[in-house]
Amino acid sequence: MRTAELKNQTTGMPAPPKKTKQHITVLLVLLLVMASGWQIGFSLEELMSGLPNMWDLIVQLIPPNWGYFSQITVPILETIRMAVVGTTIGGLLAAPLSMLAARNVIHTSWVTIPCRFILNLIRTLPELLLAAIFVAIFGIGPIPGIFALALFSLGIIAKLFYESIESIDPGPMEAMTAVGANKIKWIVFGVVPQVTSTFVSFFLYAFEINVRAAAVLGLVGAGGIGLYYEQTLGFFEYDKTASLIVYTLAVVLIIDYVSTVAREKLT
Amino acid sequence: MKRDKSLLIIRRVLVVIAVLAVYIWAFSGLPVLQFKETSMEVISSIFSGLLQPDWTYVYDPKGEDLLRGLLDTLAIALLGTFIASFLCIPFSFMAARNIMKNKAIVGTNKFILSFIRVFPDIVLALLFIKAVGPGAFSGVLALGIGAVGMLGKLISEDMEGVDLSAREALVATGANPVKTLMFAVIPQVLPNFFSFVLYRFEINVRAATILGIIGAGGIGTPLIFALSVRDWERVGIILLGIIVMVTMIDIISGKIRARLT
Amino acid sequence: MIEFKNVSKVYPNGTRGLKNINVKIEKGEFVVVVGLSGAGKSTLLRSINRLHEVSDGEIIVGGKSITKAQGTDLYRIRRDIGMIFQHFNLVKRSSVMRNVLSGRVGYHATWKMVLGLFPKKDKELAIQALKRVNMPEKAYMRADQLSGGQQQRVSIARALAQEAKLILADEPVASLDPLTTKQVMDDLQHINQELGITMVVNLHFIDVARKYATRIIGLKQGEVVFDGPVENATDEMFAEIYGRPLEEDEIMGVAR
Repeated sequence: MRTAELKNQTTGMPAPPKKTKQHITVLLVLLLVMASGWQIGFSLEELMSGLPNMWDLIVQLIPPNWGYFSQITVPILETIRMAVVGTTIGGLLAAPLSMLAARNVIHTSWVTIPCRFILNLIRTLPELLLAAIFVAIFGIGPIPGIFALALFSLGIIAKLFYESIESIDPGPMEAMTAVGANKIKWIVFGVVPQVTSTFVSFFLYAFEINVRAAAVLGLVGAGGIGLYYEQTLGFFEYDKTASLIVYTLAVVLIIDYVSTVAREKLT
Repeated sequence: MKRDKSLLIIRRVLVVIAVLAVYIWAFSGLPVLQFKETSMEVISSIFSGLLQPDWTYVYDPKGEDLLRGLLDTLAIALLGTFIASFLCIPFSFMAARNIMKNKAIVGTNKFILSFIRVFPDIVLALLFIKAVGPGAFSGVLALGIGAVGMLGKLISEDMEGVDLSAREALVATGANPVKTLMFAVIPQVLPNFFSFVLYRFEINVRAATILGIIGAGGIGTPLIFALSVRDWERVGIILLGIIVMVTMIDIISGKIRARLT
Repeated sequence: MIEFKNVSKVYPNGTRGLKNINVKIEKGEFVVVVGLSGAGKSTLLRSINRLHEVSDGEIIVGGKSITKAQGTDLYRIRRDIGMIFQHFNLVKRSSVMRNVLSGRVGYHATWKMVLGLFPKKDKELAIQALKRVNMPEKAYMRADQLSGGQQQRVSIARALAQEAKLILADEPVASLDPLTTKQVMDDLQHINQELGITMVVNLHFIDVARKYATRIIGLKQGEVVFDGPVENATDEMFAEIYGRPLEEDEIMGVAR
C-alpha cells in the first residue's frame, strides 16, 4: 500500500523543465560582458578615480553663463534651419523611394529589393558619420550637415513609410485598376490619399530626431551649435557649455512638444 | 455651424502661413551650395575607395586594424547597454504610475528620464571625456547613462499596462513590497524588458561607431583619421566594416527579439 | 481564531461599509458570508487580512491584533492567512509551480526571494499542495494556459503551500460554471475537514452556501443581520437578509 502510494507520487509529477538553455544564455552574456571589459581595458579603479572629476565638472557647470545665451542664438537658429531643410530634402526623396520599395505598389521584385537594400544600407550609418564624410566632400559649413541630415531622415522616413504603405486597404487600388488608370494615376488616386497623413506624421517624427542630431553635427564641422560644445569645453569654459546644454534642451523640448501636438492632430 | 467652418478655414490658413514662413526663413538663410572643384573628385574617390577597399587593413597582427576597431566598438556598445539595463531599473519602477503611488516621485522620475532622453549621447561622451579622459571608457559611460532615458521610458510605460491583480494576492500572503514586485510584476515585464534592451543595443552599436570621432573609443577614431589624411581605400574598408557589423547585429538581435514575445 | 470587536468602516465619501461588527469565528469552522452585493461582504473579508483598513474597532487574528500590527508583524500575521479571489489573481505569465511557490515568500529573507532561491522543502510543499487539488501534472505549464476552474485550484494550492491556518475566499466561484464550482467548493470542504483549516467564504448563491457552510453570517447594509448554524438559515431568513424573496439567479443548482 505504502509503496504503491510512493510510486504514484513519483509518477504523478512531470519532470521540471530543463533550465540549461537559460543558464547557458546567462553565462554567455556574462562572458561577453567580461570579454568586452577586457577588450577596452575597463577598470573600476579608473571609474573610482574619475568620479570625483565628474562631480567637479558638474559643480563647474552650475550656474550657466546667462550672458552667453544671446551669443549662441544665431548658431541655434542655424541648427534648426539645417534640420528643417535636411528633413525636407530627405522627405521629398523618401516619398518616391518608399513607393518603389512597397511590394503592393510595385509588383516587380527587382525594383523593390534593390530599393530596400539601399534604404537598409543608409540606415546602418549614423548621422555624425555621414556628416564627417560630407565634410570631406563639401568642406566645413552647414551644407554637409544638411546633406547628412537629408540622407539620415531619408532612411528613417522611407523605412516607416513603405511599411505603412504595405498595410493600406487594397480596395481603392483595385478600383483604380478597374477604371483602367495608368501606373502614375493609379498611385496618385489609389495610394496617395490613404497615406498622406501618415507621411506627414513620419516627417514630423524625423524632424524631431533631426533637431537633436543637428545639435551635434558641428563636432565634425558640419555646422550648427555642435562646434561650440568643443570650443567651450576645450577652453574649460564650463559655464558656457552649460548654457549650450540648457539652450539646446529647451529648443528640443519646445520643438518636440509642438511636433507631438501636430502629430496627434493628424491621426 | 457656418462659424465653425470659417474658423476651421482660418486656422488652416494660419497653419499654412506659419509653415510657409518657416520654410522661407529656413531656405533664405541658406548659404549657396558651392561645389568646390575637389568635391566631385572626392565623391568619385570615396566610391572607388568603397569598390577597392584597403583589404590589408582588415587584420594586422601588430597593431591597429579594422577587426580590433570593430571589436572595440561592439564592446563599448555591449558594456554601455549592460550598464544601462541595470541603471534603468530603479527609474522604471519609480516612473510607473501604478507601482509608485506618490505622484511627486513619479513626476520627478518621468522628468529625469525625458531629460536624459533629449541629451545627445555624444554630448554626454564629451562631458565624460573631460571627467575620465579620452578613450573607450568615456564612451561606455556615455552610452550607459544615455540609454537610461529611453529604456526607463519604455519599461515604465510597459509596467503601467501590467495586470496588478496578482499583487493583491502576494500582499495577502504576507509579502513585503520588494517580494511583491519580484513575484507579481517582474515576471510580466521581463520579456519586454529584454526586448527593449536588445533594441537599445542595436541603437548603441550605431552610436558607438561615432564615439571615436570625438575620441571616446571605437572605430570612429581610425575613420576620422583616414578621412583627414584622405586615405580613401581605408575609409572604404572601414565603412564596409561598419555596414556589415551593424547589419549583422540588427539581424541577430531582431531574430532574438522576435522569439522573446 | 478571528474576533471582530466593534468594527466599523466609513469610506472617504461618507458611505458606511461596516457598522459595529462583533463576530467571533472559532478554529475549524466553515463560515459562509451572504448578502446582496454592496452589503459589505468583501469589505468584511478583506479587513481580516487588512487588504482594507477599518475606521474603528479592532480585529484579532490568532490571538494578535492585525489592526495594530506594523511592518514585519503585519507580514507575519498575513502569512498565516491564505486568500482566494474571484478572478484567481495568479501571475498569468508564470508557471503554475511558481504561482504556488509564491505562497511561500513570506517565510524567507527578501534577498533570497529576489534571487528566487526556495528551499527544497518548499518545492515539496508546493507539489503536495498541487496533488491535493489534483493538478500535479500541470505544475510546469503557464498559468494562462489553464481553464478558470483549474486556475482557481492553483490559487487554492497557493494558499495550502502557504500553510495558512485560515483561508479567506472572496466569491471564489462567481466566475465559474456549476460543475467547476462543485469541484472548487469540494476542495475547500476537504481542506476544511481534513486539515482543520478555518474557512471564511463570501458567496452569492444560497444553495451553495447551505451545502458547504457550518455557519452562516448574513450581512445587510454593513450590519450582521443573521449569525447562526446553517440549519437555522431558512428561506425566510434569507429573504430577510436580501430584503426580498429569493430570485432565480441566487440559486446555482449545484446542491440538487
